Amino acid sequence: MRIEVSQRAMAGRQDGAVLRGVPNKITARAVNVHYGAKRALTDINLDIEENRVTALIGPSGCGKSTFLRCLNRMNDTIDICRVQGLIELDGEDIYAKTIDTVQLRARVGMVFQKPNPFPKSIYDNIAYGPRIHGLAQRGPEMDEIVRSSLERAGLWNEVKDRLREPGTGLSGGQQQRLCIARAIAVSPEVILMDEPCSALDPIATAHIEELIDELRENYTIVIVTHNMQQAARVSQKTAFFHLGEMVECDDTEEIFTTPRDERTQGYITGRYG
Amino acid sequence: MTDLVNETGLRRSAYQTEAFEARLRRRYQAERRFQLMGIGAIAFAGLMLVVLLATITLNGYTAFFQSRFDVEVFFDAEAVTPSGSREPAVLSAGDYPALVRQALLDLVPDATGRDGKRALMELVSDSAAYTLREMVMSHPEIIGTRQRVSLIAADTADQFVKGHIPRDISQDKRKVSDRQIAWIDDLRAKGVLAKHFSLDVLTQSNSRQPEQAGMWGALIGSIMTMLVTLALSVPIGVAAAVYLEEFAPKNRWTDLIEVNINNLAAVPSIVFGLLGLSMFLNFFGMPRSSALIGGVVLALMTLPTIIIAARAALKSVPPSIREAALGIGASPLQVVVHHVLPLAAPGILTGTILGLGRALGETAPLLLIGMVAFVVDVPSSLSEPSTVLPVQIFMWAGSPERGWIERTSAAIMLLLAFLILMNAVAIFLRKKFERRW
Repeated sequence: MRIEVSQRAMAGRQDGAVLRGVPNKITARAVNVHYGAKRALTDINLDIEENRVTALIGPSGCGKSTFLRCLNRMNDTIDICRVQGLIELDGEDIYAKTIDTVQLRARVGMVFQKPNPFPKSIYDNIAYGPRIHGLAQRGPEMDEIVRSSLERAGLWNEVKDRLREPGTGLSGGQQQRLCIARAIAVSPEVILMDEPCSALDPIATAHIEELIDELRENYTIVIVTHNMQQAARVSQKTAFFHLGEMVECDDTEEIFTTPRDERTQGYITGRYG
Repeated sequence: MTDLVNETGLRRSAYQTEAFEARLRRRYQAERRFQLMGIGAIAFAGLMLVVLLATITLNGYTAFFQSRFDVEVFFDAEAVTPSGSREPAVLSAGDYPALVRQALLDLVPDATGRDGKRALMELVSDSAAYTLREMVMSHPEIIGTRQRVSLIAADTADQFVKGHIPRDISQDKRKVSDRQIAWIDDLRAKGVLAKHFSLDVLTQSNSRQPEQAGMWGALIGSIMTMLVTLALSVPIGVAAAVYLEEFAPKNRWTDLIEVNINNLAAVPSIVFGLLGLSMFLNFFGMPRSSALIGGVVLALMTLPTIIIAARAALKSVPPSIREAALGIGASPLQVVVHHVLPLAAPGILTGTILGLGRALGETAPLLLIGMVAFVVDVPSSLSEPSTVLPVQIFMWAGSPERGWIERTSAAIMLLLAFLILMNAVAIFLRKKFERRW
């Protein structure tokens, strides 16, 4: 059973690689998620390509955030949540017994909907991850990680003179970029973003979108968004979710210009959402 | 309503009618009534507190004064050591009450006969003879000399000097006789008997005689008991709360445990005393009436309070902080230790203080494990018999002599001061740990 599924996943990956010339970072096959008796996701099959931005769109409650949280096993913290199916990161089943969630989450970082900096200094917010993973000791080595993470998140110039001040004292947009810098600091391979701009004003949103585009070079990014324009602006691939099903997944341009499913068309033309 | 519209010529909405304005006025009146009741309740509580504190202070402040006889004592070699030996055993057996009697008789020559001498001796505390013995034991060279010595007055004389015994009632209704009053007045006029400020009530240990009784032993006992309670209940309580809140699966067993903890918090404290008696004293054979067993029993009593408060504090930490830490790969224990506990610390401290405050004032369970024993020695270790302030207050309040009233009030003042100090430390710590997010 397990072997059969794996072979199917392998086949899927090879197909993708052949067709697009981009290797798959994450493959999901027949993923079902239940919250207690309620089914939240039904048979999701999705490939996430390396060094690309994949946007998950869909109306509220369609399961896109649930799917995102499966990718770094954040759903493990919810007692009643049950995940079935196969999710592979670089060909390795992340729900296998041998996979450690701490290790997985170091490889697959996450940025949340509401900016949630630790109630510590800006410096400690960034340094916390590298410190617990033993990536660097205190001192110049750590200073360098903090500086480069903040620079890549486009926040360095704004905060370089107040690294000792609490991260909670920044504005909403700055806090969210701080959270992105915090995720980058542990050098993950994949960054999951759960509606990262929904609590931000348009200027801060533009900042974050630029940032996502730059980060694509080094990271694989999966972003959940309500905002279809945002999906169109930042992503190369878009997956449309509806009522717990993955309706359609294709290049972003294709989805927004020539959707194949009429539900997708209905959503992007604003008939429901 | 229609005529109003006509008068002004303006359209008025449904919210501008007289009926609505009357309703609005009633709403504001209700609010004012509520506020007045609130102010009244606070004023009443404040008044009661002032009355309580004033009563205690007025009754208790005289305990910090002590009447003393400033007399010249002749250390008669005949009475101290009839054989002339300087051996400690001989010196300790000397007739020191005779020295006290002679010193007083020198000042009050009209105290004649058996009754007169006895009435005179009633004015000075039993401890006077022991004071003289200690002087001789430590400095034998004073035998045969005259020394100025300050001897504390007996309780009745002390209370009379402090004005607690009225002089204008018939003498069989009061503890001091008319003759004794005359002597006291005479000695006070001569400057021999006077009231002095004294901290003996704090620095001395318990005694059968009110004028000699102090609460040092009980204070030390209370501190040691509280330390045991603190050392046991905080780590165990916080660990239990963290496990139940952050790690334990939510199932029937943890529900059962939660219900039991909530019920334990409401169990009368004397039941914990019975538990201590049957388990720790009879089964484990721990040292009776010691600070150790007192602390253990009070820790058991405090645990539910601390666990409930700590769980509430942990629950109030926003889940976004946990997700943030988990999201960058912190292990569950790191999430708790690095992020959740520091944010919950102020709430945990508040619960701890509530629990310890209750434990500090607790009497009933300690009576059952023998801490009601009359303990004169200051405990020097956790396993020695000791008593605690509330039990000391309980015992003193039950004794009939007038002197105990002021001592009881003074002990209550000390207990309240202890409590305020403990709370102040907790508030200081809470302010230090408090962070904004």
